[in-house]
Amino acid sequence: MILDGKCPTGPIETSWDRHRFEMKLVNPANKRKFKVLVVGTGLAGGAAAATLGELGYNVEAFCYQDSARRAHSIAAQGGINAAKNYPNDGDSIYRLFYDTIKGGDFRAREADVWRLAQVSNNIIDQCVAQGVPFARDYAGYLDNRSFGGAQVSRTFYARGQTGQQLLLGAYQALCRQVQAGSVKLHTRREMLDLVVVDGEAKGITCRNLVTGQIESYWGDAVVLCTGGYVNVFYLSTNAMGCSVTAAWRSAKKGAYFANPCYTQIHPTCIPQSGDHQSKLTLMSESLRNDGRCWVPKKQGDERAAHQIPEDERDYYLERKYPSFGNLAPRDIASRAAKEQCDDNRGVGPGKRGVFLDFADSIKRLGEDKIRERYGNLFDMYEKITDENGYKQPMRIYPAPHYSMGGLWVDYNCMSNVPGLFVLGEANFSVHGANRLGASALMQGLADGYFVIPNTIANYLARITPGKVKDDHPEFKRSREEIQGQMDKLLSIKGKKTVSELNRELGKVMWNNAGMARSEQSLKEAIKRIPELREEFWNNVNVTGVSGSTNQQLENAWRLADFLEFAELFVKDALHREESCGGHFRVEHQTEDGEAMRDDENFCYVGAWEFKGIDKEPELHKEPLKFENVELAVRSYK
Amino acid sequence: MQWYKSSLGKKYIMAVTGLAMVLFAIVHMLGNFTIFAGPGGINAYAAGLQGLGPGLWLFRLALLTVFLVHIWMGVSLYLENKAARPSEYAMKQNHRTSFSARTMIWTGVILGAFIIFHVLHFTVHAFHPYYATFVDAAQRHDVYRMVVMGFQGFPMTLIYIAAMVVLLLHLAHGIQSFFQSLGATNDATLPTLEKGGRGVAVVILLGFVIVPITIFFGVIRL
Amino acid sequence: MNLTLYVWRQKGPKEKGSLERYEAKHVSPDSSFLEMLDEVNEDLIKSGKDPIVFDHDCREGICGMCSQMINGIAHGPDTEITVCQLHMRKFKDGDSIYIEPWRAKAFPLISDLMVDRSAFDRIIESYGYTSAHTGGVPDGNAIPVSKVNADIAMDAAACIGCGACVAACPNASAMLFVSAKVSHLGVLPQGEVEAARRVKAMVSQMDAEGFGNCTNHYECEAACPKGIKVTFISRMNRELLKAIPQVEKKAAGGGF
Ligand SMILES: Cc1cc2nc3c(=O)[nH]c(=O)nc-3n(C[C@H](O)[C@H](O)[C@H](O)COP(=O)(O)OP(=O)(O)OC[C@H]3O[C@@H](n4cnc5c(N)ncnc54)[C@H](O)[C@@H]3O)c2cc1C
Ligand code: HEM
Ligand code: HEM
Ligand code: SF4
Ligand code: F3S
Ligand code: FES
Repeated sequence: MILDGKCPTGPIETSWDRHRFEMKLVNPANKRKFKVLVVGTGLAGGAAAATLGELGYNVEAFCYQDSARRAHSIAAQGGINAAKNYPNDGDSIYRLFYDTIKGGDFRAREADVWRLAQVSNNIIDQCVAQGVPFARDYAGYLDNRSFGGAQVSRTFYARGQTGQQLLLGAYQALCRQVQAGSVKLHTRREMLDLVVVDGEAKGITCRNLVTGQIESYWGDAVVLCTGGYVNVFYLSTNAMGCSVTAAWRSAKKGAYFANPCYTQIHPTCIPQSGDHQSKLTLMSESLRNDGRCWVPKKQGDERAAHQIPEDERDYYLERKYPSFGNLAPRDIASRAAKEQCDDNRGVGPGKRGVFLDFADSIKRLGEDKIRERYGNLFDMYEKITDENGYKQPMRIYPAPHYSMGGLWVDYNCMSNVPGLFVLGEANFSVHGANRLGASALMQGLADGYFVIPNTIANYLARITPGKVKDDHPEFKRSREEIQGQMDKLLSIKGKKTVSELNRELGKVMWNNAGMARSEQSLKEAIKRIPELREEFWNNVNVTGVSGSTNQQLENAWRLADFLEFAELFVKDALHREESCGGHFRVEHQTEDGEAMRDDENFCYVGAWEFKGIDKEPELHKEPLKFENVELAVRSYK
Repeated sequence: MQWYKSSLGKKYIMAVTGLAMVLFAIVHMLGNFTIFAGPGGINAYAAGLQGLGPGLWLFRLALLTVFLVHIWMGVSLYLENKAARPSEYAMKQNHRTSFSARTMIWTGVILGAFIIFHVLHFTVHAFHPYYATFVDAAQRHDVYRMVVMGFQGFPMTLIYIAAMVVLLLHLAHGIQSFFQSLGATNDATLPTLEKGGRGVAVVILLGFVIVPITIFFGVIRL
Repeated sequence: MNLTLYVWRQKGPKEKGSLERYEAKHVSPDSSFLEMLDEVNEDLIKSGKDPIVFDHDCREGICGMCSQMINGIAHGPDTEITVCQLHMRKFKDGDSIYIEPWRAKAFPLISDLMVDRSAFDRIIESYGYTSAHTGGVPDGNAIPVSKVNADIAMDAAACIGCGACVAACPNASAMLFVSAKVSHLGVLPQGEVEAARRVKAMVSQMDAEGFGNCTNHYECEAACPKGIKVTFISRMNRELLKAIPQVEKKAAGGGF
């Protein structure tokens, strides 16, 4: 089926304004009657719930953490983009739009990206008004820095804690609505099912993570803001609780899953130190401004860094990408590091790492200058590795970081299931096949503060509020199904723990569908995943009971969903016979190893319809049209 | 809610009453020094105070109020703080707090007891009613004689010195504490105030104990 | 290395709890404290026992979810870190480690090491925000903020709401947390407008939650993973003093 993104036509500059005018509104007196469920309280969900509450809707918000303030948006360090052009260096809405489209390797919708660039400026104003302590200069004005390959300085930041500060802004706005009585918060709740009645989203089923109670919540619309799914690789920069569960269970209820194979691997993470490792820590990629990446030229070199003479070092990024050097984009830098390690020239324990060396910069600028720029990162590195980055080169390795794919949505952020809206990292919309640094925060807040408040009205204005409530038989059916699943998980009493199986899945995904994918590796994964799933459902050991706090059970169902989702992920990667952005198929590369897109055959969004476990999913295509930016080869040579 | 019922309100009251008592203590300490000027000095000082008439009673009433309010707030803070942690840790390490900070309630209670004892001793003359009959050459109450006789015995001297050590402990934390409670500290001044507070507490200790010690060792005699 | 753990186990708020002894064998010094507990839990599961319940999420020291008293120190023996950032190389082979939950009346225990910190949320709900409506705000540069104040605000805003200050305070007082938010918003022109109402409302909510009072022990500062200073408490004391004379009919969510 050909999907329609319902993008406004006509000149792009006015597309969002015209669309806003054309959409229906909900009468202020009626807003109270509509109940909206917002799942997730990160930047996207927190902003959406606060703003919808402010508008007068009756909002209920959910998160699995103990507080809305702890969503994983809090971990973002670097910054948030906006086209303010405060530094007067030639930025504009058009340039931000252009950079995002190009950065996404021409796999995103133009209209969505334009809107994002347009509202980016309002986001900064809003956050300032909320008291977000952005960095300022001595005159008291907002400071900017450049980030992620952009040629202009458009990134706003709050020390190394931008995500935290933006999230606290949204959280505080949310708290204000809780106080006002327009938002009700349900923390320590995990959404385990989407309730669809007559084809429309009408509620959710949750588990109360404290009491173990399975609960039903009805709403006239459901807004999913449940973040990304890169924990499918087991080790990633995401929080332990990040999962695909909410999105996947919605997909099983009919929502299409778009571009699942588009994931971003971040180049500057601290390498894994052993099998005990539970997560990987990101270090800001700004480190690459002053650090040089290298590996020994000799394979299997066991010498310490300082024992390796200059002419036996391979500064591979500088060699391969002379013009961008160590600042090559994320996907390229990540892949290059992997190549070196695959070639048995990696460093450190396990040999999965490359050096990031500051010796030259320290010689040139002095240690104090480096400390001033990156002191906190060096400290963090030392806390984790016990190594002093000033004295010996840091070791870095790429790690799964962000998912560009997600539930398919139209221009209104509504999925193909009417009444189900998807925002933030959970949807697929604006980053195409690769996300630029500092753009995810921007998207989450754009969706939450400025898009959904407008577009949800267009849907709600067409329906009768409160038509379906939680006494509808569909809710009971859903509760029973979920309870049945819990009971099943607890009854297996097998030999393997959830985390053992989780690591195994992670290994399969990382090795076969990670930074570089081949037909062969993907086919192997397609064979392995169902086997693992089989093993999971026959041999997992989940202790405890379902009627109380049970963290093993939580991990178990999250893994159960990853085990189903991973297969779709790999199938998508296999079907996309091209390389673009974060998706690199070794069969499709230029002679010198660069990604080769196939615009003729793959310039579309691949949205998959779930047809049943062990059944082939159905692919729906949404063709992408580029009318404002010319399709071009992305080169960083 | 009324501000003075809030946790911060209680702290303000605690700090203001504490401060008032510290100031009283300092003035009192300085007043005590008049003893070094011999009977003429301290007796004249005491008589001067007596001469204030109703003013003295007003002052005493104020001081008593401050005293009672301080105790009342101190005890209620203590009880509330206990209640805020119903189950204790099996193991707890502290890094910044001090012995004196952790024993404020106990040093406070001892001080309270001491002050009652002390007033009974020197003002009410409850233990030695004849103290009241001491009169000097100028027909003033002979405070000099009373004090010197009061500290002739070892037990009494010990009680006073011990009480002054308790006062030291109370003030070693208390002095910097009221600056903090009243919001008068910042990153630059807090460390100085902490040190300075302890210093002042030591000075107050020395200032008070010098009287009983000099009497005990016979430096000051009848 | 091999360690002996004494972990607080308590099934639920009403059940009785106790310290249980566990052996942690072959712990890698490079693993984090939570990874060490993960491995202990794997062993427990394999021997058919219930694993230890503890809160955690980001495992990089920013979400504020992890919360354990380790050998009597909130977040364990290292400076300015959370439990998830604590690494086992801080311990020695053969050490005994006591692991307990945050203890405070206002943080009721849920299970084992997991406690309920929703009191913090209710304090923020009481007025831990600026009343800015979405849209209709001036340009971000319309009101300059002095760098000094922007930096103070940022220092205060670094709080991750972990509750270590409460756990470490001998009085289980939440002053450091509350003062951080009062200071963060109070020092910025955008938040100063409602500073008086804010501090009144937040203090009265804090009191209603059953936290202890501050008697200036400064243990909170020593425990805080984000280096929040007790001088913010001083600042809050100042703010409330300024606010008391400002008589108002009714502040949002209580107050005085
Ligand atoms: C370490 C790190 C650094 C980053 N740095 C940057 C940066 O500098 N700039 C930038 O732009 N981007 C950055 N990103 C990306 C960006 O932070 C995220 O993409 C973005 O914050 C996602 O926001 P979100 O609201 O979509 O989801 P999240 O913030 O992840 O929120 C998800 C919410 O959904 C809830 N939830 C999830 N599943 C369920 C369920 N089943 N039931 C109930 N609730 C559920 C969670 O409780 C949570 O509240 C970074 C990401 C990471 C991991
Ligand atoms: C009479 C019996 C007393 C009791 C029961 C008592 C009790 C207490 C307690 C429990 C505190 C701790 C409260 C806190 O730190 O916030 C305290 C503080 C203090 N006390 Fe006392 N005290 C007594 C007498 C005194 C005396 C005689 C003085 C002075 C000479 C004094 C000066 C102070 C000061 C300065 C503080 C610090 C106030 C603050 O923290 O803001 N107290 N007292
Ligand atoms: C060694 C130390 C002290 C000595 C020698 C001393 C001496 C005296 C004397 C001689 C009097 C009686 C004065 C008179 O009746 O004319 C007196 C009264 C008093 N002293 Fe002290 N004092 C000492 C310490 C303290 C301390 C530490 C406090 C409390 C902070 C204190 C509080 C008082 C009070 C409240 C009175 C009663 C004042 C009144 O009459 O209203 N004294 N003291
Ligand atoms: S002030 Fe520090 S210790 Fe307290 S909650 Fe905030 S970050 Fe945690
Ligand atoms: S430790 Fe407690 S007593 Fe005050 S200064 Fe900190 S809140
Ligand atoms: S788990 Fe997030 S701070 Fe420790």
